[in-house]
Amino acid sequence: MGLFFSLAFPIILILLFGAIFSGNGSGTTQVYAQNQDNSSAVSLQFIQALNSSGSIQITMVSSSQNFSQYLLAHSASEGILIPAGFQADYLAHIPLNVSVYGDPASSTNGIVLGVTAGVINGFNLLAAHASAILGMEQLTIKSQSYKYIDFLIPGMIGFAVLVSPMFALVNISSQYKRDKIFKQLSLTPLTKTEWLISKILYYLTITVASFILMSAFGIFAFGAHITFTVWIIPFLVLGPFLFVSLGMLVGSISNSVESAAVVGNLITFPMMFLSGTFFPVNTMPTYLQTIAHVLPLFYVIEGLNNVMIYGNINAALVDIAVLITTSVIIFGLAVKFFKWRED
Amino acid sequence: MSSLRKSYGKLQAVDGISFEVKEGEIFSLLGPNGAGKTTTIEILEGLRERDAGDVKVLGVDPWKEGYALHKSIGVIPQGFMFLPYITPREAIQYYAALFGVKVDPEEILRKVLLEDAADSYFMRLSGGQKQKVGLALALVNTPKLVFLDEPTTGLDPQARRAVWDVIRNLKSEGISVLLTTHYLEEAEELADTVAIMDLGKIITSGSPQEIIAKHGTGERLRVRGDPRLADYVRNNSSLQVEHEGGVVTVLLKHKEDALKVLGLIEGSGLDWGDITMQHDSLEDVFVRLVGRQLEGEAPASGAS
Repeated sequence: MGLFFSLAFPIILILLFGAIFSGNGSGTTQVYAQNQDNSSAVSLQFIQALNSSGSIQITMVSSSQNFSQYLLAHSASEGILIPAGFQADYLAHIPLNVSVYGDPASSTNGIVLGVTAGVINGFNLLAAHASAILGMEQLTIKSQSYKYIDFLIPGMIGFAVLVSPMFALVNISSQYKRDKIFKQLSLTPLTKTEWLISKILYYLTITVASFILMSAFGIFAFGAHITFTVWIIPFLVLGPFLFVSLGMLVGSISNSVESAAVVGNLITFPMMFLSGTFFPVNTMPTYLQTIAHVLPLFYVIEGLNNVMIYGNINAALVDIAVLITTSVIIFGLAVKFFKWRED
Repeated sequence: MSSLRKSYGKLQAVDGISFEVKEGEIFSLLGPNGAGKTTTIEILEGLRERDAGDVKVLGVDPWKEGYALHKSIGVIPQGFMFLPYITPREAIQYYAALFGVKVDPEEILRKVLLEDAADSYFMRLSGGQKQKVGLALALVNTPKLVFLDEPTTGLDPQARRAVWDVIRNLKSEGISVLLTTHYLEEAEELADTVAIMDLGKIITSGSPQEIIAKHGTGERLRVRGDPRLADYVRNNSSLQVEHEGGVVTVLLKHKEDALKVLGLIEGSGLDWGDITMQHDSLEDVFVRLVGRQLEGEAPASGAS
């Protein structure tokens, strides 16, 4: 089961999420438009200008349809309506409005409004025979643009780092305690710290294997952009160290296998969803982002994003510092509460 | 070990007991559930801290020097369990690695009569085979002393006898054995010295024969007959005579008394039959001393 969660399951998730989100990877928004100006030359130019923005893609709706009802029937929130008399009024310099339908809560609404406003502005300048004075130069921080899959790979590594050691150790520690296997092992020269470190090394190996496998899938199946740097190593080491210790701590302080499983799930599942595993944390509401910042897994995933995507080592150093502090505390508590023999 | 004490809250689990296990002998702590046997043995193994008393196991203090002690003792805790997906052979190799010793797994498997299940997963073994894995692991570090805490609890009679065979093998190799049990038969079969324990105290100790001789009532002659026969024998001898359920029991002071009693019975002219001679078993002594019947064959619940 441990191997399934660390090796096979993240790959399945990468394939699944990768396939779901690679469809509109070009980043264009589908927008319905209706031309009530009988396909006049100016109205066609206007639509062409909207299309050539690259940010939205226009799908024309026949002028015989009721536009707002059509949008409802197609579960679409965005639409642009060019009114009748568009060309005549424009050429005669009579003010008129192009209608933009949209849901203000939708994340694509701003794109549609922005593009439409830009095209309208261009047409106004043209009508006034003026030329633009202020222009805009578009630059990106990195030469490449990020895709969802780029964020998914660090997220899934975080997933494997969390889930596999947590589930396994919560289970092992509570079961070994029940079956007195720790008592049995305490009668050998093995010490409890050695035993715990052996588990950490085991999950470290699994994590590295999982990292290699996921990176390979991400790159070859979805063309993910991953920067391979030595700065990835601290996260692959600290992750298993932290979550093996946390799993051990939960198992040690629980008095039955069942209660250990419940506590383990209560810790694992919220952390899994809120730490940026499946979606970037900055897309979540502010109060959830605040919660994310107290979850240790957040710093694993944020750190991996910093080193694998942004190449921001300074920010990653903060993540590493947080992880070292947390890991040492949790490891210390695990060793303290993990009873090898009774008194 | 002397004046050992251990209490849990108000419960005095072990109340000032003293005993010594001689080299090469099988020493059995015999007592009902809750007598304090496991607490005692776990203190000796270095698994629990004692409240008071002097304890030396192979010359060292088991709590303070447990790490060193564990290299020269073998232990099977009560209700021995091990990793579910490990075979007996792998378990022996794992223990050999932990102890840093070189062993021949085949030889150990042979000693504990487990060759036929050497490659089965632990979880698939029978109760008796699981105990034998425990015995095998206890032997990996060639111990001088082996602690067995209720090694046959919950086993069927056949498996129990197989475990006994293994325990006798240990003794024949010169290994001392400290065995706890609540089975009288087990103590009687295996132990050179038995200490009967109840409510945290040792009531008596010695070889089974010594205990029977000290606390037993000696030989008894039983004969089927009615109360009149019992009265007749009682009135014509100085012996103690009881009658219960159509059986007359005469407690003999000397073996020769038997002949005298038989003469009396023959001379009584009353009806009689089925003559048997009996002597006290360890069980008779135990029941008399502990004052309550041992809990039956059911597996012990909780620590005892």
